[in-house]
Amino acid sequence: MAKKKKLKRHVINREWCKGCGICVAVCPKNVLELDSKEKAVAARKKDCIACQLCEQICPDLAIEVMVKYVEESASGDK
Amino acid sequence: MDVKYYLRERFFPHMWCAGCGHGIVLNALVRAVDGLGIKKRDMVMVSGIGCSSRISGYVDFHSLHTLHGRALAFATGVKLSKPSLNVIVPMGDGDALAIGGNHFIHAARRNINITALVMNNRTYGMTGGQFSPLSGVGTKATTAPYSNIDREFDTVELATGAGATFVARTTVYHVKQLQSLLKKAISHNGFSVLEVLSQCPTYFGRKNRKGSAVDMLNSFKDGTVPVGSKKKQDNPELIERGVFVDKILPEYCEAYAELVERATAK
Ligand code: SF4
Ligand code: SF4
Ligand code: SF4
Repeated sequence: MAKKKKLKRHVINREWCKGCGICVAVCPKNVLELDSKEKAVAARKKDCIACQLCEQICPDLAIEVMVKYVEESASGDK
Repeated sequence: MDVKYYLRERFFPHMWCAGCGHGIVLNALVRAVDGLGIKKRDMVMVSGIGCSSRISGYVDFHSLHTLHGRALAFATGVKLSKPSLNVIVPMGDGDALAIGGNHFIHAARRNINITALVMNNRTYGMTGGQFSPLSGVGTKATTAPYSNIDREFDTVELATGAGATFVARTTVYHVKQLQSLLKKAISHNGFSVLEVLSQCPTYFGRKNRKGSAVDMLNSFKDGTVPVGSKKKQDNPELIERGVFVDKILPEYCEAYAELVERATAK
């Protein structure tokens, strides 16, 4: 049965993040934003589709998107 | 994957400016090496001088930080002495094609199995934003306040003309393509050149009013097309991305080993 990639959590390294805003701009679901300290935070986790684009484009290697693979529920199948 | 496994964490946060494209190249490189399943001890990074060259210090591979423009010469020595190693030479545009132009064309001509990574941000970032042979006519730099009149090299055409047997180009915006082309370039048996358009928001960006790092990334998205796209015919300004050359010719270390065998045979 097909497995679906789901977000477990974002691990954002605040020591390494330089607040460039690239992850915020490229996220297709507008999940991330910069906080008052100019560090990336996952403000809208529920919208995350676990595409992992943010972690692959971060120039400071400061984001890790932890994912899990779950069985697609019967109701989700066509 | 755990990117930290491939990094020398003690040097982080790294010294590149916020939003510098070179960090995206580093990010893609460790993923490409992980994807290929190459062991850290089989990887060698040999760099010259410049912001780009710092990348060799950040990875937990064998690394050499050598002379400006001369990294390919050192890398040739490493590769010839131990051909089983995977040798990558990350260079900036000036390091690769101004100071190191001669080493670049001759390494390509010999077809030695090395991966030359040209991280092209069209400026000398480390020394304060001078124009390079890839800046192009009309751009501004600290050494071209009234704009640059030097025509630029086309890295792909130059590498192709010099005889590189794998030539490709992408940008740091296109991270998936960057990872896949890195894998192809590293796996290729011969001299491979991968040009990666990268942003220097601090100098090239500021001097040329290109906006933030995000704006510069978006200009890579809007200003490039896949190789062979029809859009390029309508708009010649667009820069093509993809693989331009991929062919097999005798590799230098193999040719050398054969020569030694011939010369020592009774
Ligand atoms: S891309 Fe990386 S460094 Fe830039 S804001 Fe996001 S987490 Fe921070
Ligand atoms: S994994 Fe994708 S959707 Fe989730 S925050 Fe990162 S870029 Fe956005
Ligand atoms: S000066 Fe330019 S190339 Fe150098 S680290 Fe800063 S942004 Fe990157």
